[in-house]
Amino acid sequence: MNEEYRYDYKTVEGYVLSAIVWAVVGLVVGLLISVQMFAPALNFAPWASFGRLRTVHTNILGFGLGVGAIFGLSYYILMRLTRRTLLFPRLARLQLWLFNVGILLALVTLAMGHTQSLEYAEMEWPLDIAIVILWVMFAVNVVGTILVRREEQMYISLWYIIATVVGVAVLYIVNNLSIPAGLLKSYHLFAGVNSANVQWWYGHNVVGFVFTMPILAMFYYFFPKSTGLPIFSHRLSIVAFWSLVFGYLWTGAHHLVYSPLPDWIQTLAIVFTLFLIAPSWGSVVNGYGTIGEDWGRMKTDYLAKFFILGITFYGLQTVQGPTQGLRVVSQLIHFTDWVPGHVHMGTMGWVALTVTASIYYVIPKIYGTEIYSVKLANLHFWLVLVGQLIFSITGWITGIQQGAMWKALTPEGTLKYTFMETLVKNYPYWHVRSLGGTIFIVGMVVFVLNVLLTIQKGRALEAGGKTAAPVAA
Amino acid sequence: MAGKIYSKPIVFTLMVTVTVLAGSIVMMAYPMLRPEMHPKLENLRPFTALQLAGRDIYQREGCVNCHSQMVRPLRTEVMRYGDYSKAGEFAYDRPFLWGSKRTGPDLAREGGKRPDSWHLAHYENAQAVVPRSNMPGYGWMKRNKLDPATVKAHMDALSMPYTAQQIAELSGKTEMDALVAYTQQLGHSVEKPRAAGGFDLAAVNPFGSSPQAIAAGAALYAQSCSVCHGDEGHGGIGPSFTENKFLAQPGYGTDGEYFAIIAGGSDAKKDIGRPGLPDGGMEAFGSQIPPDGIWRIVSYIRAQQLHEGGESPATEKREHDTGGKH
Repeated sequence: MNEEYRYDYKTVEGYVLSAIVWAVVGLVVGLLISVQMFAPALNFAPWASFGRLRTVHTNILGFGLGVGAIFGLSYYILMRLTRRTLLFPRLARLQLWLFNVGILLALVTLAMGHTQSLEYAEMEWPLDIAIVILWVMFAVNVVGTILVRREEQMYISLWYIIATVVGVAVLYIVNNLSIPAGLLKSYHLFAGVNSANVQWWYGHNVVGFVFTMPILAMFYYFFPKSTGLPIFSHRLSIVAFWSLVFGYLWTGAHHLVYSPLPDWIQTLAIVFTLFLIAPSWGSVVNGYGTIGEDWGRMKTDYLAKFFILGITFYGLQTVQGPTQGLRVVSQLIHFTDWVPGHVHMGTMGWVALTVTASIYYVIPKIYGTEIYSVKLANLHFWLVLVGQLIFSITGWITGIQQGAMWKALTPEGTLKYTFMETLVKNYPYWHVRSLGGTIFIVGMVVFVLNVLLTIQKGRALEAGGKTAAPVAA
Repeated sequence: MAGKIYSKPIVFTLMVTVTVLAGSIVMMAYPMLRPEMHPKLENLRPFTALQLAGRDIYQREGCVNCHSQMVRPLRTEVMRYGDYSKAGEFAYDRPFLWGSKRTGPDLAREGGKRPDSWHLAHYENAQAVVPRSNMPGYGWMKRNKLDPATVKAHMDALSMPYTAQQIAELSGKTEMDALVAYTQQLGHSVEKPRAAGGFDLAAVNPFGSSPQAIAAGAALYAQSCSVCHGDEGHGGIGPSFTENKFLAQPGYGTDGEYFAIIAGGSDAKKDIGRPGLPDGGMEAFGSQIPPDGIWRIVSYIRAQQLHEGGESPATEKREHDTGGKH
């Protein structure tokens, strides 16, 4: 390991390992709740009931796996693109510990039922304060290191990391404003329609600034690095970046179509949602243009297919999302299983493929070695791809079926189906969905093993003093 | 010039901030200044201490993860649940609990639709009341007592009005009581359109006692009615209809009266002129079951009254012991 970077690389590795641990926890919980959907007897204790564990699942995967990987990989990107070590190495290490304590406390308090009931902002106020501190620590290191950088130009990935820091700060603080009513109880500062509008302004943008911007930062850095292909169009990157950062914040109310929220807010949100297809596809075109320089890399570079499939799911996701926002589509699929089908294409497709590929790139690099097994990585790729497709597609079918049954009328003009008739029709699909989830998890276990074995190999090399030459940037 | 910002991090960060704030201000902050975001219906009442305790439990158990509380202004949705949700219903909702997934049905109009006894049985064991339901059981809430001091602190945090007596009355109440109280006030501020009215109480069942109608009626009964009135009409959560009584008064009703109570639910009691049970809360099935179907259920009810009503308890027991089918 490169001596100058050793301490910081260990921090990066710490984030990656933490993210992996939280991934396993979050995935197992996800599998359990997917089975609880058709086997209610598995709600065996208050803390293990669906209502509580669903929140545990989303928070542990979003903030444990997702944000853990984002912190670690962003630090790695930051060091490479500024050509220096972190400005505050010990702060980054302290942040790592605080991060893990925070996620553990989130796991425990959410399972105990302490929730703000705001999607993706469920953690109660003391944890919110801890999260703000975490992000401030991150922001200080990001901005500080960039200010003392040894590379004049900031590359695309740094733009996205800066946007992440700014966006998360604004979104997280505003939506978590609440009236404390006890150590682990608070009420949203905003009431009723206003509460809904603030929450979905946050809820949609947390997808933008946690599951899009930092993942694009990874994509724009690790994809060209791992394939050796320069990014297709710098100008396209600029246009896509600014229009994405501008457009995202207008769109949250598309989650509230046909709600009592004033129509003008809904309509404006739908319009901007359609606009958002353009910048999203800017990055998709950039990805395809880049691999278009040499499609042969799909065969020779095992990581190329992770990134290309990842950006493909990003492209599908960002067309499906705006389609769902349209009133005519929303009325059919809103509230149905279509929605988790959509979400999981983004998380299991775009985010998981990009993040795991980035980790495959980083871990061998910091030890100056190669991945433990390309074969295992390929196996992981196909398992998570198949698992994700089964999961998403059954979700969409279930959603359309249930939406149509809710709307069906008899010739006499009465409702054709009782609610229960529409629910029991979901059971076969929910079985299939759990199967898809299981395949996905097996794939992720292969990934975890591959990473751990790579680290073991790297440490053995280090101990033997046979580390390769310092890593080239 | 424009290209220079990519080597000026401070300027770049400020530009990103301005870009992020633009949409946030128009879509999130500015609407707060408009009165349309803060409406309140005339009939909307703040939560009582017991109801707020129930709402806290609703939040704690993540009910919002499976149940929406927002009826969209769509024809079938209004038929299924009731009037569509109004902005002014939610002035006391911190946070809003509209939900984003409807694994179970919408609850915005649940208040008063069914009697407390239905909810108690259903929360305890949903599958016993609604076969094939996937809802978790919450029977353990019956054992958890409320802590009046905590509820009071929560009422204070929200500046909800309450009396010392209201708080005192909380002691001894369970979490289950609170959850039922919360459920039963859902949608209270919106006047429920009377499902009843205009029924011809003297109407005669067009299907009479046709065996086909009885069979079809039995199937519909098993689907929608047996949950509360028992497999054979001997009662359960709802009253029996085989014991020569109707709506808590002696004597069976007319065909038209049975049609009215099924189609119109409890609201039809006034039209029929019988009191029913004090906490009776029969759901209106008029929008879910077409008139022909309701008449077939009436055929089945009549058949059960003839068959079951005439049985002595001894014959009834013997039939059950020998697995006799009805």
